[in-house]
Amino acid sequence: MTFDEGQGYVVLATLLAPLVAMTILLFVPGDRKDVVRYVSGFFGAVMLALSIYIFVAFQFGDGASSIQMQLRWDWIENTAFLGEDGIQLYLGVDGISAAMALLTGIVAFAGTLAASKLDYRTKDFFILYWALVGGVYGTFFALDLFFFFFFYELAVMPLYLLIGVWGSTRKEYGAMKLTLMLVAGSVLIWVGIFATVHEAGLGTFNMPALWAAGQDGTLDPTFQKTFFPFFVIGCGVLAALWPFHTWSPDGHMSAPTAVSMVHAGVLMKLGAFGIIRLGIQMLPEGAEFWMPGLMVLGTIGAVYGAVAALTQRDFKLISGYSSVSHMGYVLMGLATMNSIGITGAVMQMFSHGVMTALVFLMIGALYDQAHTRDLKDFGGLGKVMPMWVVFYTIAGLANVGLPGLSGFTAEFHIFVGTFKTYPLFGGLAVFAAALAAAYMLRMFSIVFFGPFNPRWSDLKDLTPLERMSGALLIGSIVIMGVWWAPFVDRIGFSVEQLPRMVS
Amino acid sequence: MDYKLFIPEYIAGGCAVAIIGLELFMPKVRRDILAYLTFFAALAWGAASLFFVGSDPKTFPMPGTGGVEEGVAGLIQVDNFTTFFRLLGAGIVAVVALQSAAYMRDRAQTASEYYGLLLVAGAGMVYMAAARELITAYISLELLSFCLYILVGYLKKDKLSSEASLKYILLGAFSSAMLLYGISLIYGVTGTTTYDGIAAALSERGSDTDPAVVVGFVLILAGVGFKVSAAPFHMWAPDAYQGAPLPITGFLSTLSKAAGFALVLRLFSSAFTTDAEMWRWAVSVLAAATMLIGNLVAIQQTNLKRLVAYSSIGQVGYMLIVIAAIGYGDAEVGRDASAALLLHIVGYVVSTLALFSALTAYYNKTGDDSIEGLRGLSETQPFLALVITISLFSFAGLPFFAGFATKLLMFQAATSTELLWLIGLGVLNSFISLYYYLMVMRQMYLFDPMAGLKRFSVNPLLMVLTAGLAAGIVFIGVYPGPVFEGAERATNPLFDRGADIASTIAGGNEDAQARNP
Repeated sequence: MTFDEGQGYVVLATLLAPLVAMTILLFVPGDRKDVVRYVSGFFGAVMLALSIYIFVAFQFGDGASSIQMQLRWDWIENTAFLGEDGIQLYLGVDGISAAMALLTGIVAFAGTLAASKLDYRTKDFFILYWALVGGVYGTFFALDLFFFFFFYELAVMPLYLLIGVWGSTRKEYGAMKLTLMLVAGSVLIWVGIFATVHEAGLGTFNMPALWAAGQDGTLDPTFQKTFFPFFVIGCGVLAALWPFHTWSPDGHMSAPTAVSMVHAGVLMKLGAFGIIRLGIQMLPEGAEFWMPGLMVLGTIGAVYGAVAALTQRDFKLISGYSSVSHMGYVLMGLATMNSIGITGAVMQMFSHGVMTALVFLMIGALYDQAHTRDLKDFGGLGKVMPMWVVFYTIAGLANVGLPGLSGFTAEFHIFVGTFKTYPLFGGLAVFAAALAAAYMLRMFSIVFFGPFNPRWSDLKDLTPLERMSGALLIGSIVIMGVWWAPFVDRIGFSVEQLPRMVS
Repeated sequence: MDYKLFIPEYIAGGCAVAIIGLELFMPKVRRDILAYLTFFAALAWGAASLFFVGSDPKTFPMPGTGGVEEGVAGLIQVDNFTTFFRLLGAGIVAVVALQSAAYMRDRAQTASEYYGLLLVAGAGMVYMAAARELITAYISLELLSFCLYILVGYLKKDKLSSEASLKYILLGAFSSAMLLYGISLIYGVTGTTTYDGIAAALSERGSDTDPAVVVGFVLILAGVGFKVSAAPFHMWAPDAYQGAPLPITGFLSTLSKAAGFALVLRLFSSAFTTDAEMWRWAVSVLAAATMLIGNLVAIQQTNLKRLVAYSSIGQVGYMLIVIAAIGYGDAEVGRDASAALLLHIVGYVVSTLALFSALTAYYNKTGDDSIEGLRGLSETQPFLALVITISLFSFAGLPFFAGFATKLLMFQAATSTELLWLIGLGVLNSFISLYYYLMVMRQMYLFDPMAGLKRFSVNPLLMVLTAGLAAGIVFIGVYPGPVFEGAERATNPLFDRGADIASTIAGGNEDAQARNP
């Protein structure tokens, strides 16, 4: 087989960049915080550049291969139950993971900029931060089940310390709850992996081979129907699938800014991505059977998240519940099993990633100075922090789904897909979107406008780094809002190739 | 009579005697010198066993048979499996000797017996792995156990240590009695104590259930279960672990468990394969009970050593899944699963030794073994906090660390339709275990050190040892291939013979049928 090896090394470099950054930081003395920041900033920029390259270089259209930029190295083979190609370091991207890699690059770099004002145990923070980012990249790139799960777990692991040490508001509780719930989800994925690899009987963890086994009936329909819920619930925990979402508001409330950004921005997408990779691609029969159920849960999540966000008084809880609601859309999009719906779901993953990162960046900018996040304490902040208000408003409007911003593009695709298959749920989704407008505008009216509370007269506006970080995210939101063709082309190209897809 | 087969243990035993003699004739010898001598003796022992790597299986025949029935009547078999455990044992003894150097220097009057017994215990483990006959296996097991009884109680002035030793001896004797009773029942039914003979006799007996056989299996399982501390036979473990000198706690949870599994693997893969349906349910239940009890009770512990004791009981539960899988599968499944089990044992041993090296370094400075005492260790000694975290994460099965890869491969190899529930329970238990490992980490990373505790330095020797073991954890976690291949070659002789016996028996049955149509 011939692989486009040169580009494969770009993927490898993207994956290694955070791990190299982590290793370098291990040897930087802890009190040289400036060095830590420069190293992190440098590697963040490198990752962003490589991610953009991967996204742009991805070929679509007739004749393009479905998995590109492949690279594989044998890891273990022909040992015990492992046969030919047993475990490989097998990397590659399709349109979906190319978009997700771009998202990771953007959010990770924005998070690095936001975290550079962090002053407590900076070195340790960035070591864990890069471990997390490395895990995220690895999951998006891995085409071997062993490494897929390896990186998936790696992404979850550092969260306990990141939230427990650097967090706020009941941080130990939030950290423990989040870690335990996410790992409990992994338990189901582990069992699903064992069962699938055993049932396929190929002696390999190679994902394309297992996908083929799922489609040609090597994994028989009963098996697929039995184990599909394992993967969907297991990954669904991370994607805030209702009723397994309860870690999300608490976790977000406790997490420090940059971690919230990466976590809500990228990590939750791993869950939805896992549903595509392990559920839809590996167990298509099971997916077909169970998708109506996922549709119901996704819709409940979308509506429930929006209703819950309406009543919250803490900025981060609003965003936490709003994330539950938006991830509900993603799951609804996946559950449509038609190409426009799933394309919309992946676009929503990207769109929600950048806008929620921006929201958490703004919340962090305020909280670092005000040390409270209660809506009722604020008012008229437009007077002292005009830039902050502008940035936050853009994020909020993207959240609401204003045309011209990314949220609209993505949600529009999802709604069209849902109406095609499940008109009733489509209606509910639009209702949830209307609620989103309600909770966002409620927050705006309380915090940005209204009577000015003189207690906040010495609040400072965004720092230059925060503006840079915010501008990067806003740029992505606007680009996706007005020029979505590059996204739809790449994502749609790969979604069309998913099994059992109705176009 | 091929006495050359024992050369590595001549070295180990000879060095043990020499070390004990050294202190006898030079009472003033520095006690850490003895530790270093033991280290080099273990290295020599390991180096000598390297000559046996890859050689054809050789048996030491039973006296009186004149070596005619090569293999069938062997007492001891030296093959890759034995070599694997020789290397593992030598490694464990070498590491534990180094860990003990500073610890024993500060705490005991004499140390030569301590170091001598480490080597002898290692030799005991080798012959548990090599035995192909029940009495030999039993004697090797007792050799190991007696060394451990003494080592656990070695700190004579420490009441906890003496109490631990007493409990261990009493319960150990009890378990030996059960083991012997089981052996005698099996002997009563089959008329032989060699593994191959038992296998042949059991299969000739036909398929009818014989209560004596079932009771015999269960008693043997219970006896060995005591040694590897499987629940409900685990009661001695927490007390022995807590009272023993710290390096011996590590020694108990690595060497004695590995030895128990070596014996079980050789025994259950050959002698008892034909009657698998009579014991596999018992092993499944034992595995389920062991991991549940180990992990659930671990949550409530406040003492580090007891926490590790219960966590290692949980680990034994995962390993027992493989023995159950051998019972449910054919020879191929058995070989794959045992290879993965050996890989997991290596990963577990390296993680445990890294944990105990770090704990010993910590204990030498603070003398505190409560979990609370670890408060703020990330400030006072970040390196040790990191290594403790790495090894605990390895136990929990998180990626980058040995436990992830080895546990994943082990569970995957053991997966079958009948055992999926047990695998699921195993994974669920590793999730439970993460909780109490996080509670330890929480003390180290989330809290500030107690007032008055300053940053302290670590003895350079322990530092290097700990760093090396931590690197080993990461190596196995990221690239388990080489160890896995070694483990596979080690388990090949087990099941090849099993297949031979099965085919001979099948052939024999066909002959019998041909004769009596």
